[in-house]
Amino acid sequence: MPALPLDEAGKYVAGAYVVFLALILVYVAIIGAKIARIERDITALVDAEDDE
Amino acid sequence: MYSKGLAPLAAATVVTITAAFAMVFFYAPNDADQGFIQKIFYVHVPMAIVALCGFVAGGVFAIKHLRSGDSSWDLRSYVAIHLSIILGVGVLATGAIWAKASWGHWWVWDEPVLVSFLVVFLLYCVYYPLRFSIEDPDRQARYSSVFAIAAGAFVPLNFVAVRMAETFTHPRVLSQTGGDLPGDMRLTFLVSLLGMALLFVTLWKLELTAKHASMQLKRLRNRARVAA
Repeated sequence: MPALPLDEAGKYVAGAYVVFLALILVYVAIIGAKIARIERDITALVDAEDDE
Repeated sequence: MYSKGLAPLAAATVVTITAAFAMVFFYAPNDADQGFIQKIFYVHVPMAIVALCGFVAGGVFAIKHLRSGDSSWDLRSYVAIHLSIILGVGVLATGAIWAKASWGHWWVWDEPVLVSFLVVFLLYCVYYPLRFSIEDPDRQARYSSVFAIAAGAFVPLNFVAVRMAETFTHPRVLSQTGGDLPGDMRLTFLVSLLGMALLFVTLWKLELTAKHASMQLKRLRNRARVAA
């Protein structure tokens, strides 16, 4: 197949790079949420210890 | 424990990936045959190479786990395979986009590189149900390690089998003679590959840190429960 014109090829290239970035961002957001939950749990544990 | 050196590693990853993307769009020339669409190569191929290396690394960590009995190696193996599967999703998605733009189809079943990667990806998708269907932690780690070693050995075998396949529809850019990439394209590719490898190691360490912290928290909770 002949090379696609820039305006059409640009959509595909942008799509591929957006897929990559979205994948990484979603992954980092999930890990970030996990770390935030751990931090909340540690705070709750320390608070419970202080109350005793 | 796992977070040692994470901050400088993350900084190096951001710098390398930014440089790689800048080189892709401002330094590397458009391909004479495919034109601008070939830019997908710089994200698709490094992601595939790093994902396959991650699967093999998962097998190596699994060997270390079975030899030492240390569960931390099982955790390393699990996280490496988990990350490689995530990158595998990216490889399949970007590959489908590239195939549609180049060949006019989202998927081509008679192309050995595509199908063999899908086979490897589906093989590793079995890892999750296998791992999480076993409740006993020791057995879970042992069985998962055996799977990771067997599947990890399959990855290079699969790579060699594809190389020996007869049809060469897929662009072949890396060979024993150095491939057909011109110098500026090769440099851009190598920087992209380095960036992807650094990204893998950074995310691997990040997830290991989160999992380790979660396990430590569980231990603290149990200790507090016993003390109460």
